[in-house]
Amino acid sequence: MTYIFDGSLQGLLTASFEWFERKPGKVMLKSTEMFQPEAFAESLTVMTDATKADRVWAGLQKKLKKEWLRKFYCSYLSEIPEAYNHLFQFTLYIFQNQLGAENNYGNEHVIALAKYAKSVEREKHRMEAFIRFQKTGDGIFYASIDPDFNVLPLISNHFKNRYADQQWVIYDLKRKYGLHYNLTTVEEITISFTNGINKQNPSSILMDEGEALYATLWKDYFKSANIVARKNTKLHVQHVPKRYWKYLTEKAPV
Amino acid sequence: MSDRIREKLNILADAAKYDVSCSSSGGTRKNDTKGLGNSHTSGICHTYTEDGRCVSLLKILLTNHCIYDCLFCVSRKSNDIKRAAFTVDEVVELTMNFYRRNYIEGLFLSSGIFKNADFTMERLLLVVKKLRLEQNYNGYIHLKTIPGASDELIKEAGLYADRMSINLEMPTEAGLKLLAPEKNHADVIKPLDFVQKQITQFTADKKLIKHVPKFVPAGQSTQMVIGATPESDKDIMYTANAFYKNFSLKRVYYSGYVPISNDSRMPVLGTQPPLLRENRLYQTDWLMRFYGFKVQEILNDANPNLDVDIDPKLSWAIRNMQHFPVDINTADYKMILRIPGIGVMSAKKIVQARKFGKLRIDQLKKIGVAYNRAKHFIVCLDSPYQLKDYQGTQIKAFILAESKSKYLKTDNNQILLF
Repeated sequence: MTYIFDGSLQGLLTASFEWFERKPGKVMLKSTEMFQPEAFAESLTVMTDATKADRVWAGLQKKLKKEWLRKFYCSYLSEIPEAYNHLFQFTLYIFQNQLGAENNYGNEHVIALAKYAKSVEREKHRMEAFIRFQKTGDGIFYASIDPDFNVLPLISNHFKNRYADQQWVIYDLKRKYGLHYNLTTVEEITISFTNGINKQNPSSILMDEGEALYATLWKDYFKSANIVARKNTKLHVQHVPKRYWKYLTEKAPV
Repeated sequence: MSDRIREKLNILADAAKYDVSCSSSGGTRKNDTKGLGNSHTSGICHTYTEDGRCVSLLKILLTNHCIYDCLFCVSRKSNDIKRAAFTVDEVVELTMNFYRRNYIEGLFLSSGIFKNADFTMERLLLVVKKLRLEQNYNGYIHLKTIPGASDELIKEAGLYADRMSINLEMPTEAGLKLLAPEKNHADVIKPLDFVQKQITQFTADKKLIKHVPKFVPAGQSTQMVIGATPESDKDIMYTANAFYKNFSLKRVYYSGYVPISNDSRMPVLGTQPPLLRENRLYQTDWLMRFYGFKVQEILNDANPNLDVDIDPKLSWAIRNMQHFPVDINTADYKMILRIPGIGVMSAKKIVQARKFGKLRIDQLKKIGVAYNRAKHFIVCLDSPYQLKDYQGTQIKAFILAESKSKYLKTDNNQILLF
């Protein structure tokens, strides 16, 4: 039996509600996007229902500590198709067992969630590290990203607290939405870019006068801080995988 | 203007890079004033240089003019290099603008000694005060304590800095005397001790009074240069251990000496820095801080130096086979931590998971245990029955045969048979 949901977190939570209402035995959860009808298998399309989802979430809040609720949410943000099914099975497992069942690292769904959450948290941490703002002509600090997972919701607070006295925009080019901090709140935005504009590195005429100088100084600093006698390219690439180089001012060609 | 600042930055960043402390963790400062910056508990490495070291802070000297002539230091008086000095405003501008672009986690400010210790310390203090009081900057600041500076200045600096550090330079007094006759360990110990006592005082006050200002919230650290003088690993780690104990240091850094001088008392120019040895020392440091090992267990008169070919944890296990094999399903956490191939995270997971049933090999692998290494030291539910009791040396040979050291290209101890 396969349950099909719309890919939303609410849909995912509704699915486990539906399971407990019907108790149909073994069920796989798939998103509409990933579902391909099979000849001999039954399927049920889950209608996302906010009230049911809220009830499941409230139930999870009673069963799980904050740390695990975060792991749950992070796994969802990974957007990995198999993660949805693990989340679904994990929810059933948690409701069917005593308090503390999430500590059973011998359980495949528990360990799967721990792993997804770790990857997502790592990506989140990388964004906190590798995002490079460029100051635009109108004084807004702009950065574009295309992270492996949907981490914008996770990094919002970090940037809001840290850069409280400057306006900033972080834009996810892959998922086509971004965050804008206007000195009081963070809001979700979408930008309709003009055709032909370089979204990663907008041309220098759009930029603040000081931008080029500080970018150069930073590149200089990066070079000076290196000890040539200790060169270790393997370690370097391990810490800064090549797919992130496009973000990094210090890695940009001169 | 921009050319001059570029040149200064190049000189003064280059001179500061041999200080290996890079950490930006342990700070607790919040951006309550709605200014710029805050501390991140675990710190953030914003990039890594091509030698693989993390860049977290803007690490610069205020000046590389210095009245001392320490042989191991690039900024020594007798060295014929370009000298430069930042103005207070230049450092403040650089820090603010780098921070705003998310290049850095904060400022690491050190300095050569010009005129005298107090004069230097005053300049450093000016920078941090300007950042905190005028620029409303709440990011991380790591400040060097200048040996010999007055207590008043050090105490004031501690109110603005997140971490302070002062370098031992050489692991033993004898080593230091050899290369820097003007210096001694007592000059380092005095301010370390002073700051430590202040931290304790402020923490105690905090329990009684609500609003006590922060004082060096991220603690103190120090650094030793490794391989410039002939100390044994035991000398180094015993010194480190004593400093961790006596001054509650957050970190001791070990910096493999990169040859920068052709003085006959030092390794010659062009010698490879002792990267492998540095790595082994850090491993020992971790075993002491996170794995519950006593330094005497790892290094003692019988074993004054760490093994080159295997890590210190494995080496301890092989010398102490009487403790193994350990039963994963019953042993206590402390013993599980001592098994080669099992780290802190895996050990914690094992202790949680076994409450739900005895653990099998495949589960251990999924939990993250390096099973190929650990299998020689453990039993779990479905461990294969073993007739033979292997000797420590045999196990070492097994493990070496199936692993390849990343340092192999610099390590030529192994003679090829064929």
